[in-house]
Amino acid sequence: MSHAIKQGKGEQSQMSSTIFKGGVHPEYHKELTAEMAVNEMKLPETVVIPLQQHIGAPCEPLESIEVGSEVKKGQKIAESSGFVSAPIHASVSGKVTAIGPYNHPLGRPVEAITIESDGQDKWDENIKAPESNDNLSPEDLRKLVREAGIVGLGGATFPAHVKLSPPEGKKIDIVVINGAECEPYLTADYRVMLEQAEKIVFGLKIMIKALGAEKGVIGIEDNKAEAIKLMEEAVAEEDSLSVEKLHTKYPQGAEKMLIQVTTGRVVPAGGLPLEVGVVNHNVGTAIAITDAVREGKPLIERVVTVTGAGINNPANLLLRVGTLVSEVVEHCGGLKENTQKLIIGGPMMGLAQPSTDVPVIKGTSGILALTDQDVHLAESSPCIRCAKCVDACPVQLMPTSIAQAAEHDKFDKAEKLHAQDCFECGCCAYVCPSKIPLTQWIRIAKAEIAKAKK
Amino acid sequence: MVMDKKMIVSSSPHIRTIESVQSVMTDVLIALFPVSLMAVLLFGYQALITMALSVVTAMVVEALWLRKRDLYSDGSAAVTGLLFALVLPPAPPWWLIVFGSASAIIIGKQVFGGIGYNIFNPALVGRAVVLVSWGGHMAGNIWSPPQPFAFGTDVSAVTGATALAEPSEAMNYSLTQLFIGTVPGSLGETSALALLIGGLWLLYRGHIDWRIPVGFIGTVFVMGALFDGGFYSTHLATGLFHVLAGGVMIGALYMATDMVSSPVTPRGRLIFGIGCGLITMLIRIWGVLPEGVTYAILLMNAVTPIIDNFTVPRQFGGVKKSA
Repeated sequence: MSHAIKQGKGEQSQMSSTIFKGGVHPEYHKELTAEMAVNEMKLPETVVIPLQQHIGAPCEPLESIEVGSEVKKGQKIAESSGFVSAPIHASVSGKVTAIGPYNHPLGRPVEAITIESDGQDKWDENIKAPESNDNLSPEDLRKLVREAGIVGLGGATFPAHVKLSPPEGKKIDIVVINGAECEPYLTADYRVMLEQAEKIVFGLKIMIKALGAEKGVIGIEDNKAEAIKLMEEAVAEEDSLSVEKLHTKYPQGAEKMLIQVTTGRVVPAGGLPLEVGVVNHNVGTAIAITDAVREGKPLIERVVTVTGAGINNPANLLLRVGTLVSEVVEHCGGLKENTQKLIIGGPMMGLAQPSTDVPVIKGTSGILALTDQDVHLAESSPCIRCAKCVDACPVQLMPTSIAQAAEHDKFDKAEKLHAQDCFECGCCAYVCPSKIPLTQWIRIAKAEIAKAKK
Repeated sequence: MVMDKKMIVSSSPHIRTIESVQSVMTDVLIALFPVSLMAVLLFGYQALITMALSVVTAMVVEALWLRKRDLYSDGSAAVTGLLFALVLPPAPPWWLIVFGSASAIIIGKQVFGGIGYNIFNPALVGRAVVLVSWGGHMAGNIWSPPQPFAFGTDVSAVTGATALAEPSEAMNYSLTQLFIGTVPGSLGETSALALLIGGLWLLYRGHIDWRIPVGFIGTVFVMGALFDGGFYSTHLATGLFHVLAGGVMIGALYMATDMVSSPVTPRGRLIFGIGCGLITMLIRIWGVLPEGVTYAILLMNAVTPIIDNFTVPRQFGGVKKSA
């Protein structure tokens, strides 16, 4: 009961404002790909499918899968017994040619299954649409979502079925769908909202059903007017669903900021959205859930924005999981000479890659090539205490003070300054006129604090 | 087409604002343009000489100290030099300008480790040095009344008291005069109008937080209205008089807001501004000095780290600490 009271209070104090504190306004560059409809890339010749594509326990190859095995598209090839995990499926039909460590977007090699495509692209016979999906119980839905290997497609890759399984006694009443797409450059979510609005709404209704929730809210930044219009039309007939037009400001799509502006509820520090009765999913995840429930299809492909001044032909592509970035880049006309950084994800939170020899995974929302014009490798100078980082921090931390503590190995001080509440959005380092890598220092502080806890 | 090239790998974020320390400092110089122009219009060509000499001295001394060839560099020395000039009388002796400006850079900033590490506002350190060394040249009663647009007149030959130095003469200056700046005083302190224009520019550019000037000016107004006996016609007018006369406007908008020497937390900045106003008025009303802005800000600079420590913001979703 006390919980409900606290929640109510949060609602009162936050309801009036639909703008979160802090944040930044980087150049968005969405025009590079915003008008480009999603196209399916030609079938890749080989796919390299990492066994860790989600937060949680890594998968193990199934016993039947070994080098030389024939697999069909959609066939499960790896899984884990852990609850917080998601199975992995073949994304093409063909032959397993290798099982072993391979480059991974996270930076270190991870066990992966390499499949050479037979060019047939044949579906596994076991995959078929359920006869009816009206009578499915919440438990059936969760099982379907889990079996389909669905993870959060916004980039966090948290297994979706876990977020549809609230612990005993926790009442979830609102499902928030993230259509903010606040990362500059990326337009994958925007395109799927324009092209598959109906599937998003269906997926949202499945989530509401699985959670026993009452309402669904789709949050979209106001720089995506066309998507807002289409999604509003798509929910027009639904009393319990609504579209919330959000102020365009990075990181509007961050879980806690999004929940605050769409529901007025404040997720407690160190806590999960379910503690305030909310579950939050990305638009892409909603589509994956629709495909799983309606057609029985596992998650083997996703929409990826391939963009940046370093890419010759930017595009929004439907890519098979495991497609090598080198093949994607080649498909898009290759990289320009002055490309300096290749990023998986967006420019604010994405991961820089040493080369294109890395596979697309379930959480890959973008492939971004930045040129010497975009990449500023200025040396940092001393902090002038301008406090722009303090003002920009969406969780109201003091980035400069935490960074200073980390620089001097004072991790207890960093902890007192709540370094662990940082979700590494990058706003502090973005605004810093002294070009101090604040986010990197805070990451170091977080890692050291976590190490000390062990 | 490049395929095998090795890319740069670094921690996110991968894009940065184009703003730099130099661009911030250049913005401050732009903000100081209206008041510098006003100084020349009010006090004549000698104002220009004072400002130029101070700015050049500051830049040269810093370049020599750091053994750098780049005179402008991050722009902070030019800002310090100009701010120091703006709190000088219109035509002090040249050696006072050079000594004060050099002190601002060396004692105010470089001995602490340079930009970012200084505890006190460098320009005010320079002013404090010349104030205690050659008070006679700095005292209010030899400051020149402005000769608007009177280029060529020797302003140092004419003297007049500042409104704060001689309360009996304060009534000679109307609030409008104090607002426009046609009163005796330091080069850059008299024109509230010009200072406000620059201050609004800094607010617009996001380089200063409203909490410092509002806390500072608000406190000065309230204390002036409540505790100075309404000597300037009414109580409210006395409050306004205290805001417009002397160095409150330049102090609140340009000195107290100095990034390096003021707190980084929002609540801290409000407390800092209020503290500056409080000490200013304690000195003005009950102290022996006619003016207190310089010492108020320097004293508050000294407690900035303590203020920061006590005003750590509550993080998003954080619980209120019970006392």
